[in-house]
Amino acid sequence: MEFLHPESLSDKQTHYCPGCGHGIVHRLVAEVIDELDIREKTIATAPVGCAVMFYDYMKFDIIECAHGRSPAVATGIKRMLPDRIVFTYQGDGDLAAIGTAETIHAANRGENITVIFVNNAIYGMTGGQMAPTTLLGQQTTTTPGGRGKHQEGGPVRVCELLSSLDGVCYLERTSVSSPKDVIMAKRAIKKAFENQIDGKGYSLVEVLSMCPTDWKLAPQDAVKFINDEMKKTFPLGVFKDR
Amino acid sequence: MEETRIIIAGYGGQGVVAMGNVLARACMIEGKNVTGMVSYGVEMRGGTCSATIVVGDDEIACPFVETPDQAVILNQQSLDKYEECVIPDGLILVNSSIIQRPVKRTDLEQIQIPASQIARELGNIKGANMAALGAYIQHTGLLKMESVERGMRELFGGKNPVMTEMNVRVLREGAKRFTLVKARQKA
Amino acid sequence: MGEKILLKGNELLAEAAVRAGCRFFAGYPITPQNEIPEYMSWRLPQSGGVFIQAESELAAINMLFGASAAGTRCMTSSSSPGISLKQEGISYIAAAELPCVIVNMQRGGPGLGNIRASQADYFQSVKGGGHGDYRLIVLAPGTLQEVYNLTMNAFDYADFWRNPVLILGDGILAQMAEPVEMEPYLPLMDIPTKDYVLDGCRGRAPRVIKTLILHPNIGLVVHNQNLQTKYRKIEKAIQLCEDYQTADAEIVIAGYGITGRIAKGAVKMARKKGIRAGLLRPISLWPFPRETFMKTAQTAKQFLVVEMSEGQFIEDVKLAIECRRSVEFLGQGGGWYPTQEVILEKIEHMAAQAKGGR
Repeated sequence: MEFLHPESLSDKQTHYCPGCGHGIVHRLVAEVIDELDIREKTIATAPVGCAVMFYDYMKFDIIECAHGRSPAVATGIKRMLPDRIVFTYQGDGDLAAIGTAETIHAANRGENITVIFVNNAIYGMTGGQMAPTTLLGQQTTTTPGGRGKHQEGGPVRVCELLSSLDGVCYLERTSVSSPKDVIMAKRAIKKAFENQIDGKGYSLVEVLSMCPTDWKLAPQDAVKFINDEMKKTFPLGVFKDR
Repeated sequence: MEETRIIIAGYGGQGVVAMGNVLARACMIEGKNVTGMVSYGVEMRGGTCSATIVVGDDEIACPFVETPDQAVILNQQSLDKYEECVIPDGLILVNSSIIQRPVKRTDLEQIQIPASQIARELGNIKGANMAALGAYIQHTGLLKMESVERGMRELFGGKNPVMTEMNVRVLREGAKRFTLVKARQKA
Repeated sequence: MGEKILLKGNELLAEAAVRAGCRFFAGYPITPQNEIPEYMSWRLPQSGGVFIQAESELAAINMLFGASAAGTRCMTSSSSPGISLKQEGISYIAAAELPCVIVNMQRGGPGLGNIRASQADYFQSVKGGGHGDYRLIVLAPGTLQEVYNLTMNAFDYADFWRNPVLILGDGILAQMAEPVEMEPYLPLMDIPTKDYVLDGCRGRAPRVIKTLILHPNIGLVVHNQNLQTKYRKIEKAIQLCEDYQTADAEIVIAGYGITGRIAKGAVKMARKKGIRAGLLRPISLWPFPRETFMKTAQTAKQFLVVEMSEGQFIEDVKLAIECRRSVEFLGQGGGWYPTQEVILEKIEHMAAQAKGGR
């Protein structure tokens, strides 16, 4: 089998840490865009967070947004250019903390966009602070004693939260912590873009992703952390498909 | 011509805004400078509503009116609220059909008009505003009655021509059936 | 001649925007500007445009960021507290050099304040508001005719300079009605082709719109220098001011927007009383019409600043005339507004003092 470099992926070396999941997710998105032959009509939003330089690694039009505002920006683009493919690429802090309102309301309006939501349960870019999706008991630089149920509240489960909204078309939680998971994640991402092409409305794919550096784990242990711990709090699966 | 600053006040549903619109429109028809403002937001809550109109030949400087030259008062609450604001020796028009108490100010010229009654008699209970407007225009001569009628037709004729013509009749009737009470003393 | 029409300031502004080609509007309800989104909600779909009632002012301004990146003429409107919320997005849009029009129908502040008219957002409008070294082109209409004309011009300025334009009104201009000549839209200048638009990279290299520029020396410092160069050009190109009877004026009133309009009435009253008064009413607040002020300072003896705030605009007046003349102040915040009579009283007082001092 030939292992080709996707056309949608640039040649630039990423700044991601060894063992980080972003590189895999970037590649999956690029492969899907190539396979659907939509690179020349795609406009993506880059988040604030580790993936802020998403625009350096992709070969299509990209707008970098203020922290959390991608769904609003994507709304403006998609409404004016309804025949283009518009997707947001967002981390957990961006999507589920500072951008919660934008996320919920874009979903509720049923904006015909695709959302790639990378959940690594931590703020990577700023150095390992608590994320909205940090697990209970998980130590971060702002929860040195571990995330507590009564102080910080529990982790926000985005797919479950959005599943009650009528505007939402498709929600699936996936992971990049095993080859099988990666294949499943790609399948979900492809479906989320196909939904947009078919005009079916808001689709979100959550991807559980490794952050060895801020979890303070070796890359292989980070993979194990997702499989053994994260998946308990964030079970994989389809939460909505209509 | 000096500026004339008018306040129209009543409760919601008495057509304060519509009366303001007709008056401003008629001013525009006659080529006068005019500004209009309607109470908004929280001021509107609680029932009373007011519109302020400033008319002049020169540019209007301030569209806001706190001490009107003339007040058109359609209900008791508005009389309580605005009677004191009218300038000394100004004019006050009251809807005597529903306002029970007399005007306290003795330095104001008064127009008493059974506006609600006239409207009811002519078959449009919502037309008290136009009866009052008829009396006001007839007495002040601010504008030609034809301009007011034209303003009414331009604003409402398209939507509801039958009602509009009924209101024109109310306007004309109002112009005939008011009582003038001269100011009893100078301020 | 266009048709003459009687509309509320808010509705008139919305109509002017649509006629100038605005095809996207996002906003959130707040008094006293609600008629703008209400009007847009039916008028834009009628013209092939899009209206969105956003979940917040923050979302609204970011929707504009997207719509503008897609090449659309777009607008949002709000009133003071909502404009504060928009500041994040305004800074990004200014940094990305995207065009858009923002309307602030100012109300009393700080905090939730009240819904009366106010001019207390002057500093926020002309000195920044959001983070970073950026400028907005700020236009302050004083009549509804100007609301109509300047709204159309705002879209041209925004596109030509690739910069957000703020229309700074207030609760009175928003809510009042007066006859306006509805001239058809005519662009002020030739608008360059939008070569930055994100619409898919078919037949060209991918484009990026971003405001993160990590490298200081070859990146952000240079970007800032470029922005400043553009701002200096704008300062040369746009300095709008109504100059009323200042040629022989001893006392010159400075006021913008609704206060400038009221002050004009006071100047006329003062003239009737034999006082040589005049008016400078800046129409562009940034760029500030410094040249007109400096020129007037050579002949005027004293200035009087009138503003519906506690002394913000006065700073720019003093700067513009380099403090060469004494500047008196008449202003209050919180929903206060001046009448012609109050301004006249102050003028008379100043005139009497000047006489006594001789």
